[in-house]
Amino acid sequence: MFFPISGAHISPMYLMVTGFLIGVLGGFFGVGGSFIAGPALRAMGLDWNFAVGTDLAHIVGKSVVAAKRHRALGNVDLRLGLIMALGTIGGAEVGAQLIQMLKRAGNVNLVVSIVSIAVYLSISTFMIWESRKTLALRKPMPRGLVKGATAKQDQSAFMHVTRDIQRLKIWPIIKLPTSGVTISLWIILLVAFVGGLFSGFLGGGAGYIRMPSMVYVLGVPTHLAVGTDLFEIIISASYGTFTHAIKGNVDILIALVMHTGAAIGAQIGAISTQYFTGPKIRLAFVPLPLIGAAIVIYTLMTGHKV
Amino acid sequence: MKKETAKTLRAFAIELVVYAALVVAYFFLVLHFLGEGLHQLEVRHRYTYAGVAILLIIGQAVVLESVTTLLLRMLRGRSE
Repeated sequence: MFFPISGAHISPMYLMVTGFLIGVLGGFFGVGGSFIAGPALRAMGLDWNFAVGTDLAHIVGKSVVAAKRHRALGNVDLRLGLIMALGTIGGAEVGAQLIQMLKRAGNVNLVVSIVSIAVYLSISTFMIWESRKTLALRKPMPRGLVKGATAKQDQSAFMHVTRDIQRLKIWPIIKLPTSGVTISLWIILLVAFVGGLFSGFLGGGAGYIRMPSMVYVLGVPTHLAVGTDLFEIIISASYGTFTHAIKGNVDILIALVMHTGAAIGAQIGAISTQYFTGPKIRLAFVPLPLIGAAIVIYTLMTGHKV
Repeated sequence: MKKETAKTLRAFAIELVVYAALVVAYFFLVLHFLGEGLHQLEVRHRYTYAGVAILLIIGQAVVLESVTTLLLRMLRGRSE
């Protein structure tokens, strides 16, 4: 199929299957999946600027589907998502400026690669340690379907640190009844800002940082973190799509075709979260940042983009 | 348990076939004709194109979500 905006010839079946796989991952883990979508589009000969912008547009659509499904399951905290969107957009702008500074210094590729490898490996190592420790606890875990109120009975071996963070009384304090969390607004904005910073700095939606941060720093139950992250991604990825589109980096037709596969994948991923407890979702999340790290290491070693 | 799994898998396979047919029709009826118009918009009115792009992807997401939900309900009942 010919896509006149980017001038690319790509099989719609390839786009649909790629979208489907990313949709399942996104619906289950609350991530954008750009670490797979970017290289997958690039492999079909699309320029990097189009791969990044088009991927963002496709993320918007996929997140709408997955967030709607999660909302039906009671897994979206709208108030938290809206607050986080503000911090994410601010962070993304600062991240993009950092990239521009590094570009001028002439070492953007090396610095971004090393930072991303360090971040990906740290997240995976920490999540393996925490989720395994939590699963080893002898406290009773929710059984059967895990949604709504049951999802809030999440456990974490890192909970003592999360409680200390929640005790910081820095005005204004925000109550989030859906997530069952009371916390300073500034901490929410800081978490969102850091997520946005990595999004602007490393590309993609940075769900691999935001979702774990929501669980470990804010104390949001895993199911709600996944659903709320997806809702937040709709806003921040829409902003990213708009800015990329005015720079001529979005082929919306490719995004629309990819999304036809992602729509069904995202539903399957979102429904599947009902059958797993929080620590199990977090443990299953571990390979995602490792895949990201492997792609970056491969790029560094060979000098080729995947 | 095995009977239940087989039932779910059969429903899912039917859902995929119906969904694939709808998507192929959508490719030929909508996306094929949208291509040139969107290309012209992207070349001439970049800001309008950016807004239309977001509306299109969100609109498609809402429609496809409704279609897949409807298919799920029809094939598996309201237990999902």
